Amino acid sequence: MRNYGNVFRELDYTTLLLWVLIMFLGWLNIYSAVFDPEYASILDMNQRYGKQLLWILTALGIMFLILLIDSSVFYTLAYPIYGLSLLSLVLVLFLGAEISGARSWFVIGGFSLQPSEFAKAATALALARFLSGYQRDLRRFSHQLMALGLAFLPALLIVPQPDLGSVLVYTAFILVLYREGLPSLYLVIGFALILVFVLSLLVPLPYLYGGLGFLTILLLVLGRRQRGNGWKVLGVMVLCGLTVQSVDFTFNNLLEDRHRNRINILLGKAEDPQGIGYNTHQSMIAIGSGGLKGKGYMEGTQTKYDFVPEQSTDFIFCTVGEEWGFLGTSALVLLYLVLFFRLMIVAERQRSSFARAYGYGVLCILFLHFGINIAMTIGLAPVIGIPLPFFSYGGSSLWGFTLLLAIFLRLDAGRTLSL
Amino acid sequence: MSQRPLFFRVLFLALGLIFIGRLFYLQVYRDDLKLSARNNVVRQERIYPGRGLIYDRDGQLLVGNQSAYDLMVIPHQIEPADSADLARLLRISHADFKRRLEKARRYSSLKPSVFMRQISDDHFAQIREYLHRFEGFFPQKRILREYQYPHAANVLGFIGEASDRFIRTNAHYHPGDLIGKSGIEKSYEEVLRGKTGVRYKMVDVHNRVKGAFKGGVYDTLPRPGSDLTSTIDIELQRYGEALMQNKRGSIVAIEPATGEILSLVTAPSYDPNLLVGRERSKHYSELYADSLNKPLYDRGLLAQYPPGSPFKVINALVALEEGAITPRTSHVCHHGFHWGRLHVACHCGTNYPLDLIKGISKSCNNYFCRIFKSTIESYPTAQEGLNAWSEKVKSFGLGQFLNNDLPTGRRGFVPSASYFDKAFGYKGWKAVSVISLAIGQGELVLTPIQMANMTAAIANRGFYYTPHIVKEIDGAPLAADNPLQEKKETLVDSSHFPVVIKAMRKVFETGTARWSAHDSIPMCGKTGTAQNPHGQDHSIFIAFAPPENPQIALSVVVENGYWGSRWAAPIASLMMEKYLTGEVDRPRLEKRMLEGDLREQYQADLEARLERARKRREKQKDSTDA
Repeated sequence: MRNYGNVFRELDYTTLLLWVLIMFLGWLNIYSAVFDPEYASILDMNQRYGKQLLWILTALGIMFLILLIDSSVFYTLAYPIYGLSLLSLVLVLFLGAEISGARSWFVIGGFSLQPSEFAKAATALALARFLSGYQRDLRRFSHQLMALGLAFLPALLIVPQPDLGSVLVYTAFILVLYREGLPSLYLVIGFALILVFVLSLLVPLPYLYGGLGFLTILLLVLGRRQRGNGWKVLGVMVLCGLTVQSVDFTFNNLLEDRHRNRINILLGKAEDPQGIGYNTHQSMIAIGSGGLKGKGYMEGTQTKYDFVPEQSTDFIFCTVGEEWGFLGTSALVLLYLVLFFRLMIVAERQRSSFARAYGYGVLCILFLHFGINIAMTIGLAPVIGIPLPFFSYGGSSLWGFTLLLAIFLRLDAGRTLSL
Repeated sequence: MSQRPLFFRVLFLALGLIFIGRLFYLQVYRDDLKLSARNNVVRQERIYPGRGLIYDRDGQLLVGNQSAYDLMVIPHQIEPADSADLARLLRISHADFKRRLEKARRYSSLKPSVFMRQISDDHFAQIREYLHRFEGFFPQKRILREYQYPHAANVLGFIGEASDRFIRTNAHYHPGDLIGKSGIEKSYEEVLRGKTGVRYKMVDVHNRVKGAFKGGVYDTLPRPGSDLTSTIDIELQRYGEALMQNKRGSIVAIEPATGEILSLVTAPSYDPNLLVGRERSKHYSELYADSLNKPLYDRGLLAQYPPGSPFKVINALVALEEGAITPRTSHVCHHGFHWGRLHVACHCGTNYPLDLIKGISKSCNNYFCRIFKSTIESYPTAQEGLNAWSEKVKSFGLGQFLNNDLPTGRRGFVPSASYFDKAFGYKGWKAVSVISLAIGQGELVLTPIQMANMTAAIANRGFYYTPHIVKEIDGAPLAADNPLQEKKETLVDSSHFPVVIKAMRKVFETGTARWSAHDSIPMCGKTGTAQNPHGQDHSIFIAFAPPENPQIALSVVVENGYWGSRWAAPIASLMMEKYLTGEVDRPRLEKRMLEGDLREQYQADLEARLERARKRREKQKDSTDA
């Protein structure tokens, strides 16, 4: 057992404070979103705000407990924990309860547990351990493969649930790998593929191929000085071409109807404010109706009268938009940005690459959740059901994020000691 | 490597800016989202007040209100299992039920729409207590009219749903609101309708009511419409409609001292209750399609006829006023008026000098042609003469709109010099060119209400009050500054009237209306036969009684009635007797009028017209063949 005084002295209280603040604000908004005048007591365990209070209290407990654990434990147990989470992901497909057409939850007693939430933390740990290994070099192709495999295996297991939102979050790890040395080419390819993906849904194929062809010639000409560039360019372009084709195939044959519809609606190719685009439309109405200063706490009409579905979870941001207005929403966005910048500072000051890699894992996971969730509520992304970290209702997600963060804070508190 | 963290910082900032920018766009820049939010959540319920009642001049209720109920449905909320039961309750077939439901669904699954219109009071009373069992259906109360008498349909009018076009230009009305379409219902719409109340309710996304919006602070109470007392005497109206049955034409009766319209009869007419309730559209279409009888067309207000002989009285008065003649001015009739090659026939049957009184009572065309000519020629030019004549004629309320409180009317036409200048060229005409005006023919056309009004002016010896149809609103008489209360003076001095009135008295005593006279009630009148180029001449009569202190002035037109004394005069006489004494003691005359049936005549006229048209077409064909 180490000297605990050390831990609490070195603990990054800024992050801790931000964490508590966001949880509290989240709770306030959940209260407003789910408020039922018949059950006004905040402690009522039948209501979500009562439950969330419980989750918050227990999350504080988790934080405390994790801080007590020796930081080397996390390093040592990284792979076993990872293995366990993989197991839980497999098990849930068989033993999990079917909710909303997906087997993503274990239901024990009155409470439910979502293994994919914890798997994120486990993957971040395992990946961090892998990356901190002696002579690990992400410029080597074999190491690249292994890293990517490690990062995306859990994602693969989540696909059959199905929970495409959670799967999407795993792309965060590419950013982690980038920080830890992954050649930028991967990132470029990644962005290019995403761009091509979106364009192939919007632009008729002939024009797209024409554009790609033109671009290929341009790049070949520009890059003819450096040897090997030609192959790189051709390689990327072939990849793009394949992507375009596979997108077409995937979009029409692999994606389900509802995904197609959501994407089409987002792209403006389809319109149905009462149908599947309904969520986004209602969400934007709720947010838009807040104006500059909002309607006031507990005064959101769209919120009160259930116009936005999943108000306390995926669309909790609407409550902020409607009740606190532009001032409120931009304040919250800035608050998260402050958290991210802070986490970056903390991650960069780590002496061990394990802690740093893990830190970036935490950062990127939180960032991706934030990005997708908010983008969805304001109509910049299709509806992908993932929560806003520390803010949305949900025990599993709150515990999952708290766990994620707590381990990092513990690692950080021990940074002055050698590992 | 050390610049890698920079990438992340840039990424975070970029995303942050994009989000804040988008939020700004949604929350501050765009306005329509706030409105969408409002529409989502607040439902407006309109509370319709009672429409104002209409009484006759003696306080008899003419138009009352009755309730009917529309059955509304929100398709989203209904239970499919209920359909058979409900269809039975509503007395419609299952197929009909389905059809209605489909229609409602197509309109909106979440918004209420009308499932069944205007269920009668009785039917509704029977099913009301069972309705609550059916999820998604609810009643909406409607106020319909109830006409207490099957008379005066043209006077009272009817109400119907406001058209889309009307609603777009009038913010006061909403889809489904009822509005007066004709008659008093239309011209007094604003007075009768009251003010609709509004209740704002909060609804959730499934259109379920969750409570009052902002505690009801924006709610308004309905204000009931004002009651009207019409000038109509319903007994007289009923009698007039009976006398005019099976004939076409009109009776307009006015109280000279006030301009109040005692009776406004158009024939053929219809039972006003036909245009109430669910069958309204069907009945309206039927009535509208009857293009020969035109029951919806108020002849008293809209039909324009050349007045014929009754107009001679006006010409007499104008001639006296101009000093062109005196009561002793005489002319001899040689079977008409002759001037050069111009011949105007006359059937007065006299060959001795006629003074003014005799000229009127015998209705001699020659006499009036001569005095008309004198009137015009008392001015240096025909233009000046005719304009002077026109001005005085118009002062009797002729050739212009009466600007009263009836919803419709026609101007008629009283020509002035400019009209003939255009037709004949300046200085291309003289008094004899337009001599038909002397006997109330030619370009001159009047409406029956104008004829009744001019009669009232004569009865009053030189003034009239604008004929109007309502005398009190909520029991209070018309305001003193109401233009309907303005005394309108004619341009003929009152001193000239007594001799003309004496002549009109003679019409009944010894003149053309002597078979319609009453032995104890003195009456004044003038017969007329208006020439009709399309068929039989129209029978016209104007009259008032008693000569001193007149109580009633009227005009009667019976289309295709041959000559004035045949139909119009007796009807006028009976009307006056009925009004003045409350009963009629000339049963044989009355019987003949009541039973008088001109329908065969109308049919014969129609066939003759069709025949003429057919011959014309044949001639055309022949000429083109040749």
